[in-house]
Amino acid sequence: MTPLAKLLEAALFASARPIPSDELLALDPEASKAGVAAALDEVREHYDVDGHGVELVEIGGGWQILTRAEYTEAIERAQLASRPARLSAAALETLALIAYRQPLGRAEIEEIRGVAVGSVLKSLHERGLIDVVGRGEGLGRPLLYGTTPIFLEYFALRHLDELPRSDELAVALRAEPRAL
Amino acid sequence: MTELASAPWVLGAETAAAPPSFMIELTEFSGPLDLLLTLIREEQVDIYDIPIARVAEQFVARIRSLPLNEAAEYLEMAARLLRIKAQMLLPRAGDEEAWDDPRAELVRRLLEYQQMREVVDVLERAGEERRSRFARAYIPLAAAPPESPLALSLSELLAAVDRLLRITRQPTMHDVVQRAIDIPGAISTIRALLAIRAHAMWTDIVRSDAEPWQVLSTLLGLLEMAKLGECKVLQPQPFANVEITRDAASEAA
Repeated sequence: MTPLAKLLEAALFASARPIPSDELLALDPEASKAGVAAALDEVREHYDVDGHGVELVEIGGGWQILTRAEYTEAIERAQLASRPARLSAAALETLALIAYRQPLGRAEIEEIRGVAVGSVLKSLHERGLIDVVGRGEGLGRPLLYGTTPIFLEYFALRHLDELPRSDELAVALRAEPRAL
Repeated sequence: MTELASAPWVLGAETAAAPPSFMIELTEFSGPLDLLLTLIREEQVDIYDIPIARVAEQFVARIRSLPLNEAAEYLEMAARLLRIKAQMLLPRAGDEEAWDDPRAELVRRLLEYQQMREVVDVLERAGEERRSRFARAYIPLAAAPPESPLALSLSELLAAVDRLLRITRQPTMHDVVQRAIDIPGAISTIRALLAIRAHAMWTDIVRSDAEPWQVLSTLLGLLEMAKLGECKVLQPQPFANVEITRDAASEAA
């Protein structure tokens, strides 16, 4: 591996969170954007081709070394690490709405989901998946929520654009409600 | 239990009295729209042409048979369904074109909800994929890098102590002066004077060489007494001598 690839590997190993490209770039004052990209490719290939238990993944707007899925069960059985708790259906529904329509207020979420979402919003906020991104214009200037980088990390997304566009969703939903 | 389960909203209303073991959360559905969508799927009916009477009946039957913790939202939906059902029964006036389908709003909400559920599926798959891989163990984001151990010789330490002692050798001392104003004292002086004479002048009480605190104390004491109604204070014109008169009313009392 090139020295830059080794440097990036060391930095990625040391960090518990995904490292954004520009932070990787800052590791070596002489490195160029293309150089970093090539070095990242080199690290990834190194893991994939040589056959390693970990892999390099682009995630949450950055890069991270993750264990391969086939070893998860063994690692968890040995209690070396544990998977994060699954999100409830209510939490997922609320997140889905915020992800697509952010910034979004509580009233709109409740209108669509048909249930109160106060406690769900609170726990999502506590887990760092959403954050307050502003205040609405309406009565009482309601808080507006948006997703965070942790949200992308949790769902292994590079950007929000990776979610299917609304016109890619099922046919039944794409169609405008026809005149009844 | 079966009796309670058959009347979920009654249970909800008696939350305070009911033992917590009966507070069963309905996890099967995430809300009334979810239940409604499930029914529509089970019945295999067209979402744009919902047989509202049948679905409303099913909906009510389902929420009756399920122990609900928070039944209000389901009840609200049940009420909505029944209202739509009633509206459907009304005779339609004139041509079909102008008829506003009372189900339209519900259909719109259902479609919107279903679209969201699709996104939920996408998120769930993505989340599951990420959950199946581990990153390095969690380290608090804001953790400061550990400080390097102190490299310090004994002489450096002693020099530091010496410096410290030199700085603190002459600590700055502040004299905290007690608030000098003595209103109760001034009041008793004025009272004593008024006990002898019904009438007094400011200059009788405050000598011309009085300290500022004495002037202030007397003034405040005088005002206090005037407020209490013990005396009357009169200054005919600015900077003139102040006349103090014993109040006849307080004298009577």
